[in-house]
Amino acid sequence: MVGVANVSRIEQQSTLHGTEELVINMGPQHPSTHGVLRVILKLDGETVNDLDCDIGYLHRGTEKIGENINYTMFIPYTDRLDYIAAPSNNLAWVTAVEKFFDWEIPMRAQYIRSMVGELSRIASHLLWLATHALDIGAMTVFLWCFREREMVLDLFETAFGGRLTVNAFRLGGLHEDVPDKFLQLTQEFADIFPSRVDDYETLLTNNRIWLQRTRDVGIISAEDAMDLGLTGPIIRGSGVKWDLRRAKPYAAYPYLDFVVPIGENGDIYDRYLVRIEELRQSIYIIQQCLEQLPGGPVSCKTPRTIKPPEGEIYHSIENPKGEFGFYIVSDGTTTPYRVRIRPPSFINLGGLKKLCVGQLVADVVAIIGSIDIVLGECDR
Amino acid sequence: MVTLLIILGKVLVGFGGLLLLAAYMTWMERRVFALVQVRVGPNRVGPSGLLQPIADGIKLMFKETIIPAQADKVIYVLAPAVTLIPALAAFAVVPFGDSVTVLGQKVDLVLADVNVGILYIFAMAGIGVYGIVLGSWASNSKYPLIGGLRSAAQLISYELSLGMSLLGVVMISGTLSLKGIVEGQAGMPYIVLQPLGFLLFVICMLAETNRAPFDLPEAESELTGGFHTEYSSMHFAVYSIAEYCSMITLSAVGATFFLGGWRGPLLPPVLWFLIKVLAFMFFFMWLRASTPRLRYDQLMGFGWKVLLPLSIVNVILTAAAVVFIG
Repeated sequence: MVGVANVSRIEQQSTLHGTEELVINMGPQHPSTHGVLRVILKLDGETVNDLDCDIGYLHRGTEKIGENINYTMFIPYTDRLDYIAAPSNNLAWVTAVEKFFDWEIPMRAQYIRSMVGELSRIASHLLWLATHALDIGAMTVFLWCFREREMVLDLFETAFGGRLTVNAFRLGGLHEDVPDKFLQLTQEFADIFPSRVDDYETLLTNNRIWLQRTRDVGIISAEDAMDLGLTGPIIRGSGVKWDLRRAKPYAAYPYLDFVVPIGENGDIYDRYLVRIEELRQSIYIIQQCLEQLPGGPVSCKTPRTIKPPEGEIYHSIENPKGEFGFYIVSDGTTTPYRVRIRPPSFINLGGLKKLCVGQLVADVVAIIGSIDIVLGECDR
Repeated sequence: MVTLLIILGKVLVGFGGLLLLAAYMTWMERRVFALVQVRVGPNRVGPSGLLQPIADGIKLMFKETIIPAQADKVIYVLAPAVTLIPALAAFAVVPFGDSVTVLGQKVDLVLADVNVGILYIFAMAGIGVYGIVLGSWASNSKYPLIGGLRSAAQLISYELSLGMSLLGVVMISGTLSLKGIVEGQAGMPYIVLQPLGFLLFVICMLAETNRAPFDLPEAESELTGGFHTEYSSMHFAVYSIAEYCSMITLSAVGATFFLGGWRGPLLPPVLWFLIKVLAFMFFFMWLRASTPRLRYDQLMGFGWKVLLPLSIVNVILTAAAVVFIG
């Protein structure tokens, strides 16, 4: 096994024999960079000596768009940030704007927000598991995960009409109440999904090849992870119990019971276990939401034009990929003066170099997969 | 004249059958995958999608051949053939049935009964690597280069264990001819006497044919396409046909060495042979559908530190048993 310790020895050898590093361009059209990420790798044989990330291929100026349209109109644009978990983005935006006001959001809306947020976490984690396993060569997991992700998208369609970019929530609550069929289908989904998670685990969790590929690969310590500002399953995989649903509760999370899973070693395998456990916890949360779901209105009374008072606000929520926040500066008009997005993918990607140097090429794709990035939100 | 016709007929049936089987293995692979992955698989072209391989073949023929500007054009074009020809030729020494009588002549259902059959198969498999290395080198591109280097290293390390794993059978039967080995299994198949040899053979067979979990040379997720990244059209198709041909050949070798070749009760010998080969092929596909991929250093470590010592142990044990027990 070629570790970091051996790199200097290889360097010595390469000067002796007059060999040079191979600079290889991974992406933006590479099958395993999960979108249009470009990674420039400096390889010595198969060992990564250095790497550099090139992002911005999917830059659409979302922040600038936000400064030119009113607060309600920006909700559909947030769908396109982390497009794997669109309702979560909506939730971050609406809860951030609602922080300007002292509206009383009805409990039914809060519960539905939490429930749909967890469904989007399941959709996101399923896509992560599918592609991550595919990167490491396990093809069947990919299709099994997509089968269940399809069910989640069907649920979104039943409730909001859209499947991928759902435009789920409104300022002050929901646009309208979800149909009964949605609740019934969600119950059915919640009943069968835990056994499906067991199925994925039979293919991977104790698979020796999977363990060899993921254990002790891409390790990051809790201190390094905190220094780099990593959030989400990565920092939890390193053993830091940091989950905004618990740390700064929003929506109906104060009333819901769930466990924040953490890992020990901070390697790919621990991040895998954390996300698998989060899938189970999400289903547990959804079941509680269904049981406790109160009746009543789904939206509070909001003014016709949303004009937040002058001031600034930062609000973040726990997206499937980490802390997803909005920093809004209001000048008292109908459009924000400044919108700044804190994208978890972008900041988590900052740890890529630390995770990859000294590992092999095959580990790079495994590590990118374990960070779980989505370029729509990274490039904004 | 009749002899010549019979030889011609055997060649046509043997190689034609092999190529047809290779084409249909793509169909079988996709159906087996679909079975594992809870979906349908190709079922539109012909009954149960049986014409799909032909449709794929026609499609690939009409695709444009793209040769990269900086590639070494002659070698680039020749390399797929260098892989395919040995893969086909290796099948020549595999007996796929008992003798039959055609036009009053006794015909052995083997293209060529060479007395050093197994050495010939290894020689052919060794040449097959050249096609991959040459193709990747001639592409003059970085991903194929890494893929080619991987496959050269991988195939060399696993060929050794593959040969060693078959040595036990050769020692017991006392012949290198595949026909002789089948004759030696009249009583019982050698898998009973050589369980460890069989296990080692199956593992090495996967590595030798670049199949999951040892499919590193074409590791799609890391190297985009590995050695055939730059290939398109029929050149690409030739590579994949060669891969399936060598899978079939090695399955046939496995069936011949350990499962008694074409021997079996009730059914005709050719059918038994086909069943055994297909069982191996199903195993190939089943495994590919369910395992992740090993990493390069783990693969090499496994080959040299686990498989090779085990196969040497197997050879020594077999030798001792042959000498002392008889």
